[in-house]
Amino acid sequence: MNDPLVYQLFILALSIFLGFALISKVPPLLHTPLMSEANAICGIIIVGALIAAGVEAESPFTIVLGTAAVALAAFNVVGGYLVTERMLKMFKKKDGA
Amino acid sequence: MNLSFLVQITYIVASILFAFGLKFLSSPVTARRGNLLSSTGMLLAVLATLAGQHVIGYQWILLGLVIGAVCGTFVALRAAMTQMPEMIALLHGCGALASVFVDWVHYEKLLSLPVFAIGMVEGFALFLSIVIGALTFTGSIIAWGKLSERLPGRPILFAGQQWLNFLILVGIIASGVMFLMHPQQTLFFYTFLALSALFGVLLVIPIGGADMPVVISVLNSYSGIVACTTGFVINNTLLIVVGALVGANGIILSIIMCKAMNRSLVNVIFGGFGQVQKKKLGGEKKTAQAISVEDAQLVLEAAKTVIFAPGYGMAVAQAQHAVRELTLALERNGCEVKFAIHPVAGRMPGHMNVLLAEANIPYDQLLEMEEANPLMESTDVAIVIGANDTVNPAALNDKTSPIFGMPIVEVFKARTVFVIKRSMASGFAGVENELFYYDNTRMIFGDAKDIVQKLVAEFKAK
Repeated sequence: MNDPLVYQLFILALSIFLGFALISKVPPLLHTPLMSEANAICGIIIVGALIAAGVEAESPFTIVLGTAAVALAAFNVVGGYLVTERMLKMFKKKDGA
Repeated sequence: MNLSFLVQITYIVASILFAFGLKFLSSPVTARRGNLLSSTGMLLAVLATLAGQHVIGYQWILLGLVIGAVCGTFVALRAAMTQMPEMIALLHGCGALASVFVDWVHYEKLLSLPVFAIGMVEGFALFLSIVIGALTFTGSIIAWGKLSERLPGRPILFAGQQWLNFLILVGIIASGVMFLMHPQQTLFFYTFLALSALFGVLLVIPIGGADMPVVISVLNSYSGIVACTTGFVINNTLLIVVGALVGANGIILSIIMCKAMNRSLVNVIFGGFGQVQKKKLGGEKKTAQAISVEDAQLVLEAAKTVIFAPGYGMAVAQAQHAVRELTLALERNGCEVKFAIHPVAGRMPGHMNVLLAEANIPYDQLLEMEEANPLMESTDVAIVIGANDTVNPAALNDKTSPIFGMPIVEVFKARTVFVIKRSMASGFAGVENELFYYDNTRMIFGDAKDIVQKLVAEFKAK
């Protein structure tokens, strides 16, 4: 039972539950920022892209792929968080709070 | 205690920050703090990865980071709020393509090793990851094209479409099976990569504009699943956790959107409203009653409560700022103004809320459909602006209607209903809207922004 796969599946199962629990609490009011936030988090692929570009890539072809992956993921992360921030900034209560 | 242990701990901290980021989104008061926490988590994850891996080529990483960050900043700061759906579709596409490239590099790396070895699980994860990643990429780009009107927004259908989809799916599975048996054969790898990219295009082209909220939610879910499967390919737990969170998000939103349209996911993706027969109005010819802007203003002046029911037409006409002006004019007149927001109004979940928030309308005035409907009977005037199917009473009382069973904003219960509309054309579903012929309905024909501005001017003239 020391197969890392088992632990990964275990973590996967719990994460799915966590996701459902957290997201079902988000009101429809914030569904667009929720989606862009989730999208920004999904930019976590940048971790994989860094490894691809910095560690695994050896041939010119894979260096190009890896660098492109880093750029695309960075675009996803930066764009996602900034857009979310811009949207959330607009939600105000009646008394200007 | 070694470096890789520290990296793992940082990954755990990052996951916790992401979870809190989503948790704080449960209220607009804490949401911005959540976004900050979440982005801090991302920064930590990036730093830990750079510190913990034996990185050899920093120059490429730096180049990629700079290009991505600059473009991301530029696009994110420039995008108008009406462009959010296409912006998000584009971001989905980029994330998915990045995953595909990560998997691809990993595969090339394995191929370059003196002894090629790939486990069954790793191989299967690679296959899934490439397939979902490639179709999410092309699907998102098509969705982006449709939303930004670079491609026609109407459903594109052709004979034998379902069969072609089926054949491609068979091709993907067949090449996948062959790949698992002969993983060193790059031909199979390229085959399912190309077929999946094609499949993504075919999945999204038949879907029309008003079904876009579902498509974006599904693509969101896929982009999470891709991150997750990539996590299995490169053996990274952080990717698995985060991918699962995002995947769950997309699934929940897809379900909410489908419920709000009373359709199943399968129906949205494979059915399409495209072929719905236009129902002929049988029997007597009904006529809608029009009203002039001047008369409408008089009615509004006497109103004590007004509820707006906005739809995608408001976004198209860019009328949200004019609506805000009208809201202020009404409130100065002692009228209480609310907004009733249908879950699928607009082109993505919550689209209307963002537009109205942008126009400085406080979020406590934005009601969900379920909150607004009980208030309708005591409402003096309901103003439908750029919405059609989401206020069609046929969904409640006409069993033969294609949209029967879909929950609607029940504007027809208000004492008077104003419908601001260009013409009598039917909505996206191609269904005649009987609301227009109700005794308490008055049509105001014209451009939404123009009409609302004229109403504001009438108020000011008094």
